[in-house]
Amino acid sequence: MSREKRVRVLVAKPGLDGHDVGAKAVARTLMDAGFEVVYTGLKKSPEEIVLRAREEKVDVLGLSILSGSHIPICQQIKNLLDKHEVPPLLWIVGGNIPLQDHDELRRIGVDGVFAVGSSLQEIIDFINERIS
Amino acid sequence: MKWEERSEVRPVFNESGLEIKPVYSPEDVEESGGWNSIGSPGEFPFTRGIHKEMYRKRPWTMRQYAGFGKPEETNERFRYLIANGQTGLNVAFDLPTQSGLDSDDPAAQGEVGRVGMAVDTLKDFEIAFDGIDLDKITVSLTINGAAVTLIAMYFAMAKKRGYDISKLRGTAQNDILKEFVGRGTWVFPVEPSIKLVGDTILYCAENAPLYSPVSVCGYHIRESGANPIQEMAYAFCIAKAYIDHVLERGMEIDEFASRLSFNFDIHGNIFEQVAKFRAGRRLWAKILKTDYGTQNPKSMWLRMIAGGGGGGLTIEQPENNIIRTAYYALVSALSGTQTMALCCYDEAYTIPSEKAARVALRTMQILVEEMGLCDTVDPLAGSYYIETLTNQMEEKIRALMKEVDAQGGIVKAIAEGHIQNTVSKQAFENLRKLQSGETRKVGVNCYRIEEEQQAVEFHRFKEEDCAEQIARLNKARSERDSARVGNALATVLDEAKAGRNVMPAIINAVEAYATVGEITQCLVDVYGRYEEPVRF
Repeated sequence: MSREKRVRVLVAKPGLDGHDVGAKAVARTLMDAGFEVVYTGLKKSPEEIVLRAREEKVDVLGLSILSGSHIPICQQIKNLLDKHEVPPLLWIVGGNIPLQDHDELRRIGVDGVFAVGSSLQEIIDFINERIS
Repeated sequence: MKWEERSEVRPVFNESGLEIKPVYSPEDVEESGGWNSIGSPGEFPFTRGIHKEMYRKRPWTMRQYAGFGKPEETNERFRYLIANGQTGLNVAFDLPTQSGLDSDDPAAQGEVGRVGMAVDTLKDFEIAFDGIDLDKITVSLTINGAAVTLIAMYFAMAKKRGYDISKLRGTAQNDILKEFVGRGTWVFPVEPSIKLVGDTILYCAENAPLYSPVSVCGYHIRESGANPIQEMAYAFCIAKAYIDHVLERGMEIDEFASRLSFNFDIHGNIFEQVAKFRAGRRLWAKILKTDYGTQNPKSMWLRMIAGGGGGGLTIEQPENNIIRTAYYALVSALSGTQTMALCCYDEAYTIPSEKAARVALRTMQILVEEMGLCDTVDPLAGSYYIETLTNQMEEKIRALMKEVDAQGGIVKAIAEGHIQNTVSKQAFENLRKLQSGETRKVGVNCYRIEEEQQAVEFHRFKEEDCAEQIARLNKARSERDSARVGNALATVLDEAKAGRNVMPAIINAVEAYATVGEITQCLVDVYGRYEEPVRF
């Protein structure tokens, strides 16, 4: 992978869910794979996350949600991305996401869903394929 | 990837880093520390258990974690579990409640009633525990950041129903230090958080001496990536931090130490887990006796809930989790636990179904009724392997505790994020080994079924619950005596500012139907909110 500018990724924890093992593992994996990673820490509001994504000029927005509230949170994120006119970015969501919700998330605008059990390599490959 | 016969005997290490021999003999026990400190059940150093007759007198308490939606639905699940033979309750609260927010707080949007029961005012507790005899069923509240308020609410509810608080039994998790390491439902900064835990311990020692105000959790630290040695060592360091704080506030060790309890995790190597508990029990008794000079055996007891095992369960082939938790329950019983809870086989996906919750309960009941687990105490005692591991693990836990102390103590290590950093690095390493196949996991990296169907029944989250909960909150706000609430909240604020014990003022406030959010905000006004050091 040779690029002049490295791909920038924001890994974010929206909502009140305090489980960050997965988010940190993804952040670490992406750093090891050569991406520039910004991790928000826990309990960020959708607004904070969207503004951070705009400010950091990231190419990828990754959300980790394990509380089951992925649909309302992603809907809020989508509205805020539009409201704040954030330039198009690759949007991925991971966590405890049942199969039957994947289509709904894609309909909202999520590009890739990586539920618990996904391999870390899959996430790297997905980003590399989509951003080239 | 399948099992292959090995042409040579390769070295094997357990998760605690101890090399495991193919065969153990009496010499191994001698060399690792000897037989002398094994003792008898019910006697110092309690290696073999805190009670002389253990399950002969009473099997462990069965306390499945439960709660979701509105208090009505949670009450219904409680009654279902009790009707099926459960002997204790363990309440799950939703994330707004755990974070000290009301259901109508903007930050609560989408989270009300999701991972647990929504609670705003005392009214919700009255509904949740309606028809449940609090003398017969002990209740454990899984609450941390907002623990002062929810414990106050439990006492207020019990008092209102005519129970005598001085005789009330039960437990609150209320271990805030581990929330900074894993689980993350902190609200206030580290120091005032410890002060609030101290308030509950002091209040209970004086007013509710049979209630266990804190259950120190190695569990979530292990779930966040810690090995069994770290699980025990960090939990003991945290328990000591609470003890030291309460001693500094002038209480004697034997006025409160006997009411401290613990919560530990079971997954992984069976023998390592059993040895972990035996070693932990012995070390804790020695710490209380030697470091704190207690003479009361009850203060030396490592009373625990052990089970769960969420970190060992898999999203793949969820039925396999029934088998796994049955082994965890076996380990828990062989280890002499006081209370047991098991994760349900569908819990990696959803709020457990009634069926899944019943299967977990039956798993424990089968052990009690059919397998002879209650007949004799500490049945693995005397095994060369178990006794050697017990000796070795005690030494390792003690050494790690010394290391934490030498680096400035657990409170500093957590406040600066060092423990978080250590366990999250390890979690990553564990995940890497799992994904590379170095650690084998059935259904995950061996014996996989491709194109797997999700074979669990999904909990239906009811969107309308949130609106109904908010309507009830508004009704409670409009019906209460607002002057009384205002005064009660002002007193909470004053007591917090003055550095006094806030428990009496908070009990008074919940009795006036002040909300979880209002009370928490008073405390935030004085203590501030925690700023997480972002490290990974």
